[in-house]
Amino acid sequence: MNRSGIFVFVYFVLYMLAQVMLLKQLILFNTAFCFVYVAFILMLPIETNPLVLMLAGFLMGFSIDVFYDSLGLHAMSLILVSYLRNYWLTTITPQGGYDAGQGPTLAVNGLQWFMVYALPLVFLHHFILFFAEAGGFGIFWYTMLKVIASLTFTMTVILLLQYFSFERRR
Amino acid sequence: MLRLINFLYNYRAFFTFLSLEIFCAWLWVENSQYQNTQFFNSSNRIAAGIMGAAQRTREYLSLRDVNRELSIENAQLRTLVERLNSGEMPVLIADSLTRFDFIGAKVINNSVAQFKNHITINRGTDEGLQPGMAVISTSGVVGKVKSVSEHFAVVTSLLNTDEQVSSVLKRTGSFGTSQWDGIDPLFVKLHYIPRHVRPEVGDSVVTSGYNAVFPEGILIGVISKVDLKEEAQFFDIQLALAQDFRRLSYVKVVRSMLKNEIDSLESHAQR
Repeated sequence: MNRSGIFVFVYFVLYMLAQVMLLKQLILFNTAFCFVYVAFILMLPIETNPLVLMLAGFLMGFSIDVFYDSLGLHAMSLILVSYLRNYWLTTITPQGGYDAGQGPTLAVNGLQWFMVYALPLVFLHHFILFFAEAGGFGIFWYTMLKVIASLTFTMTVILLLQYFSFERRR
Repeated sequence: MLRLINFLYNYRAFFTFLSLEIFCAWLWVENSQYQNTQFFNSSNRIAAGIMGAAQRTREYLSLRDVNRELSIENAQLRTLVERLNSGEMPVLIADSLTRFDFIGAKVINNSVAQFKNHITINRGTDEGLQPGMAVISTSGVVGKVKSVSEHFAVVTSLLNTDEQVSSVLKRTGSFGTSQWDGIDPLFVKLHYIPRHVRPEVGDSVVTSGYNAVFPEGILIGVISKVDLKEEAQFFDIQLALAQDFRRLSYVKVVRSMLKNEIDSLESHAQR
């Protein structure tokens, strides 16, 4: 295993432990969840093979499911994000393209680009997650409230993490 | 043939995606329907160990509530013993004691904010737990055991939109079904109470004897809202839960001595 492979593994474990030990208990107003583990897939290098991405998404989602007792649910949502991620990255390529070896981070591409990149993918993840859990559109508005509240919470934490690592690098 | 293989290879990302999604969707549907002894849930040793460690640090914060609950239950039990000794209570209690056996357990993981909530407890097959057993607390109904490992078990919380409990309105004796609607963790709905009954706010609702899982007469909640639509066949009733699920720390698993006997008798009768 090479250097970056070890880094990816360490990130995997860190994101997972943070999610199941800390953020699982941290639910605001009984509606806002923080599923920060999505950032693990979002932050993988731009040139990552789609098959590797999906495998990583499956492993991460599956591990989270074991702790949430919702086998298949988080994995299902995260695989969709990992599949669409590369297509979305191609669609929103900034002028001049991506620099080789750079991650799709806020530090490299700026806040505006990062929001365009992360917001729809995280929204999609939350949308699939909550509506699949609710078992359909039976309680639509309450489920939608959960989606939006959790989206706000998750994005805030992801942005904070981005700024945190950004400052450290400079 | 070659063209087919070429086609599959060219779209390999999409096909991998599709098969993984179908697999996950199948897992999810399967998981929410059946009780089983599977490995991949929070009752496995690693997951329960990690969550137990997190729980041990949080435990101290809830000690005050746990103490109060235990002292209340202690007082109730003392009163009961006193009444038994003085011969006030009939033999009924002794009968239900032989029918049900209780195993105390600690909650190591709990949630109330999802649509399908589960509770992980620290007792497993080594203490005789099996899927399908009832779980109650000092205050009332908690849920049903879903899957068991050697030392831990996952309980389907009453706050799970799939969970239904056969209930009875204590004052009128009419039967219904309690089920959570997925919104407020302090309230559940009581379905199928027909028009001719007169339920009132404040009536208590308990488990019925129409199942071999729950002992009869365990409190579920108290009616907090009654509504009857013009054309509806049944009442819309809301129950304030007896047990506050956000503060669940210790529970009791009910082992029904006669469950196998009742089940086999019923399956024979249906044949």
